[in-house]
Amino acid sequence: MSILVKPNTKVLVQGITGSFGAKHAQLSIDYGTQIVAGVTPGKGGQFFEHGGKKIPIFDTVADAVKQTGATASAVFVPPPFAADAILEGADAGLELVVAITEGIPVRDMVRVKRALQGNPKTRLIGPNCPGVVTPGDGKDSHGGCRIGIAPGYIHKKGHIGVVSRSGTLTYEAVWQLTSRGVGQSTCVGIGGDPVNGTSHLDVIKLFNDDPDTHGIIMIGEIGGSAEEEAAEWIKKKCKKPVAGFIAGATAPPGRRMGHAGAIVSGGKGTAEAKISAFKAAGIGVAVTPSEMADTLLKMM
Amino acid sequence: MNIHEYQAKQLLAKYGVAVPFEIPAKSLAEVRPAADKIAASGSSRVVVKSQIHAGGRGKGTFKTGFQGGVKVASSVDEAVSFAEKMLGNVLVTKQTGADGRKVQTLLLAAGEKIKKEFYLAVLLDRANSRPLVMASTEGGMDIEEVAEKHPEKIFKEHIDPAVGIMPFQARKISAALGLKGDLFNAGVKLITGVYNTWWECDAAMVELNPLAVVELADGKETVMALDAKISLDDNALYRHKDILEMRDLNEEAPLEIEASKFNLNYIKLDGSIACLVNGAGLAMATMDIIQHFGGNPANFLDVGGGASKEQVTAAFKIILSDPNVKGILVNIFGGIMDCNVIATGIVAAVKETHLNIPLVVRLEGNNVAAGKKTLAESGVAIITGDSMADAAQKVVKAVGK
Repeated sequence: MSILVKPNTKVLVQGITGSFGAKHAQLSIDYGTQIVAGVTPGKGGQFFEHGGKKIPIFDTVADAVKQTGATASAVFVPPPFAADAILEGADAGLELVVAITEGIPVRDMVRVKRALQGNPKTRLIGPNCPGVVTPGDGKDSHGGCRIGIAPGYIHKKGHIGVVSRSGTLTYEAVWQLTSRGVGQSTCVGIGGDPVNGTSHLDVIKLFNDDPDTHGIIMIGEIGGSAEEEAAEWIKKKCKKPVAGFIAGATAPPGRRMGHAGAIVSGGKGTAEAKISAFKAAGIGVAVTPSEMADTLLKMM
Repeated sequence: MNIHEYQAKQLLAKYGVAVPFEIPAKSLAEVRPAADKIAASGSSRVVVKSQIHAGGRGKGTFKTGFQGGVKVASSVDEAVSFAEKMLGNVLVTKQTGADGRKVQTLLLAAGEKIKKEFYLAVLLDRANSRPLVMASTEGGMDIEEVAEKHPEKIFKEHIDPAVGIMPFQARKISAALGLKGDLFNAGVKLITGVYNTWWECDAAMVELNPLAVVELADGKETVMALDAKISLDDNALYRHKDILEMRDLNEEAPLEIEASKFNLNYIKLDGSIACLVNGAGLAMATMDIIQHFGGNPANFLDVGGGASKEQVTAAFKIILSDPNVKGILVNIFGGIMDCNVIATGIVAAVKETHLNIPLVVRLEGNNVAAGKKTLAESGVAIITGDSMADAAQKVVKAVGK
């Protein structure tokens, strides 16, 4: 088992003909993910060919869903059109929309988030995220479901759930686990923007309910209070060991550290506050990012 | 992106927010005519305000020793004499750091007769992804201090983005500020305008501190924005060409501007160990681990998803132009990218920049063995680290020597 996606999840790619979307669609196909359709308005009827596969391209997500039965999508469309693409996915009845796009205006996401309240069937992950990976059984976790831009081969099928706002820091944690022979159930990058579809807490709840997830690594960073909210819930309800790391202890206040959401403003969102919330909730805190996996493994 | 007070008020005025009669001046030649116009408008006093992207101007000190970045003059001559002491000089406030900021623009404003001061701001509430209007009767104060000591004095109203601010919400806020009669209605108009400025301009934050009740020459009272601060969502600037023109490069660190030309996200810090990392989260974590092992990070630097030779070379040049830098830590998780390509780029960049300070490289990921071999056989002095912890300890040690 896993959360959000399984190896047989049918995935479509919005923006499959752009260079970024195409590259990662190819890598997902190589990984063994069921990429069943692409969507690029105006290119319906064409095919995306890779590795001996011919993936049909549609003008609309609704058509793609109707023809292929896709239930999840990866959004690679450029920022000005991303809000539209996300809501198109929701309108087509997708269960999961994973928005990889970086640089979507906050106002667009505020409207998207509000509109999605009328579409409770659809879960949005991201934007500005590495995506979701449920590792497969094969060599280097081949045969899993990879939606997004994470390197597939660093994963290994297993029982640890990973949730993080950051891309490369997630890979770091995953690689630490895999290098120690410990696999993952699902790895979820929720994105570094101030407004995102799915929070740390949402993912933690899914992991808590997933019988195949035995332990959780939660990686946070400065800005907002999502980590504190997750910690509060973990303290009361979580049945599984959780280890965490918070990035940005050395970040100067008032400066945005790469991610749009990574900013300490008005004394809020500090690493210190998040780390103490973690400690108060019994979450194992990795003192350095090198110890994320070991901190969890010691608790299990 | 941040903009100056005078620019913020220009935007606010477009959305119906009352502001004092005021004129920006970029040179001394522009000061006297501006002050004359303000005096002619019936104002007996002219306020001279330094325009820099930092707070605490009023209590700031110029490096020349002149006190105060905001001065109230009782005559045009006095306004000109204040302007002479401010324009072109460096103002140090509690927010600028010791280096201060050079004042290149002044704002000359009518001196309003202030009866009462409030605080009003619009920002995103990240906890529920909705716009939030915050108002307080404690105007002119440090709002963070008010929030901490008297949270009951801050009134909060969330706005549903599907419908925008409703008139009843503006009325609730106006009432919470204790405004009555004509002032109540003026407050409703102003609050609505401030919210609309935030929404329509894609602002990250609009803050009026103070928003004030002022007495006009005819004895009537009204509300207006005496000071205003607006910061904008960088990701939305592509659809606001007019606002983008307000960007003032004088207010930005030259190295950060240079870095942005190469798609590098660089923020200068005060330490001695520079870092070059791919990914924002990993870059923050790398700074943290340097500090954990007793060093001090000299910068945040995210090279993004890739790390091409051109980018690494540009990054090294930027890093090396910071005289405090005594060593460099490169931390790359090459998930998709070939580590050997990254290693080749690093070696080339070292040669091109004639790097002569310790360089520790930690590579992980795709084809990492070949990447490490390339580094080892390059003939340039590169220390390799196996893990983040190992690399951080090595660079701290190398710099400490």
